[in-house]
Amino acid sequence: MAEAHRDTPLQRWFNRKGWINVTIATPYIWLIFFFLLPFVIVLAMSFATRTPTAPPFSFGGEYPLLNTDHYARLFQDDLYIRAYLISITNAGFATVMCLLVGYPMALGLTRVSKSWRNVLLMLVILPFWTSFLLRVYAWMGLMGSNSWFNKLVTGAYNWVVPSDWALRYIPMMNTNFAVVLVTVYSYLPFMILPLFANLEKLDRTLDEAAMDLGSRPARVFFDVTLPLSVPGIIAGSMLVFIPASGELIIPSLVGSSSRPMIGRVIADEFTSARSWPMASAVAVALLVLLVVPLMLYTYYEGKSHEKAKEEAS
Amino acid sequence: MNRRPVFLITMLCFGFAFFYIPILSMMVYSFNASRLATVWGGFSTKWYVSLLSNRQVLKAAVLSLQIAVVSATMATILGTMAGIALARFKRFRGRTLFSGLVTAPLVMPEVITGIASLMLFILMAEWIGWPSQRGFTTVTLAHITFSMVFVTTIIHSRLVQADEAIEEAAMDLGSRPWQVMKDITLPVISPAILSGWLLAFTISLDDVVITNFTTGPGTTTLPILIWSKVKLGVTPDINALATITVCIVGIGVAIAGWILNRGEKRRDRDAQLAYQANEG
Repeated sequence: MAEAHRDTPLQRWFNRKGWINVTIATPYIWLIFFFLLPFVIVLAMSFATRTPTAPPFSFGGEYPLLNTDHYARLFQDDLYIRAYLISITNAGFATVMCLLVGYPMALGLTRVSKSWRNVLLMLVILPFWTSFLLRVYAWMGLMGSNSWFNKLVTGAYNWVVPSDWALRYIPMMNTNFAVVLVTVYSYLPFMILPLFANLEKLDRTLDEAAMDLGSRPARVFFDVTLPLSVPGIIAGSMLVFIPASGELIIPSLVGSSSRPMIGRVIADEFTSARSWPMASAVAVALLVLLVVPLMLYTYYEGKSHEKAKEEAS
Repeated sequence: MNRRPVFLITMLCFGFAFFYIPILSMMVYSFNASRLATVWGGFSTKWYVSLLSNRQVLKAAVLSLQIAVVSATMATILGTMAGIALARFKRFRGRTLFSGLVTAPLVMPEVITGIASLMLFILMAEWIGWPSQRGFTTVTLAHITFSMVFVTTIIHSRLVQADEAIEEAAMDLGSRPWQVMKDITLPVISPAILSGWLLAFTISLDDVVITNFTTGPGTTTLPILIWSKVKLGVTPDINALATITVCIVGIGVAIAGWILNRGEKRRDRDAQLAYQANEG
């Protein structure tokens, strides 16, 4: 304790209690300033009026308090409603496809030997560490009308259908099909990893017991494994659905430009139309739409953390 | 139950083919002599030569690395603090808001974060005069904010799993909380801190959308450069760039995996030895 005498009051404060306050307050203030405040600005901006000044907005004028014109336009101009519907359909399809492909893969990962599992998990994560943009770009090369992949698919298609329907190539680029396909490709690891984390923790003795009692494997899967993996399914689905519905890169590169998704609409309103209030209103509306999925995700995440804590203690 | 799950193995093979065929195809076509990026015209390495002599690309790569190092370091410090706060301080004012603030950026659509940050920076410049122009500073600030929450997630889950008994024992033996934090908790989570830094680094290095909104004239990161090129279509030199990226990442991940795996094996062996010594 001899050292304590040489400490300055500041050091003593820090060692006793201060470090706790510093640890909490620093990231807290940072997030409030750089994350929460921008959203408050977006919310306020959605009620502002567009002006030709810089920055291009003002409060007041004709509308003393709140300008709700931009929200009204969301319902009047079918550009916005259509963009919402396309976004939700694309994201929904992509989520279901991710689940259908990712669930068996995650389950398969829990059934292979431990050394194989580490290698395969690494292979799931590896694309995630390479550039997202370049992975989308890889599909641009594959889907073009004279690429080997397109020729392969066209060949398969022509072989199946009657010759009247034969095509020279299948138009894949700039379609919703391309958006869904590339979304599945880009977000599949986000589905596999939470599912794997969930399935790995399941007690294998449960399904062995069900097997011993005479259940068939399919029954065991639907009665035991599937219900127990619901938290993993929800976490994975939300991790795919939420970012996919606001996706900007994928629809800009491989999607249809005449029928844009909502992310594209926000960006265009902001940059090309220079209407900050309209862009903000569309963004707020997207957030309202995503509130339910977001709450679901946070709720299940919180529950799984509590569970992990209980198991640890 | 030793039946081989044939269906699951098939799905795994199919899934990995789906993951890697596009990347492999892109790598093969980077050696394509033809200008038409999807038609094979013989083997050539000319795109690599033209890429590596392109000053613009090299400059953008260096800028991206600089931003990634600064933002990953800051994000790791802030994210670790937030992770410790959430996992170890059970009760403080505004805890619910705080845990919401560290979860929301994880899933927030990037377009929204992008325009929200851009409006903040423009209004800040308007009202307090800083940052006077958009560029390195604003991009780095935005990257710190949305990558720190990933660090927090890693640190938090590591701390929740970690055995608190050692920390409690140290407390019982008379250590001050700060000493326990410094001498026990931080060393225990140091691998998590390292992987948090790596994750923040790659997130920053990879980001297009938020950078696109928060950057200014003259500050072109590598993803922004690629973005502006691929919007116009497939070009062979991007194939070459992608191949280089994939190779660097692949080698890096393989080395990291090997080191982690070795550490795990050694820990298992040490635990076994300790156990045997205890028994004997």
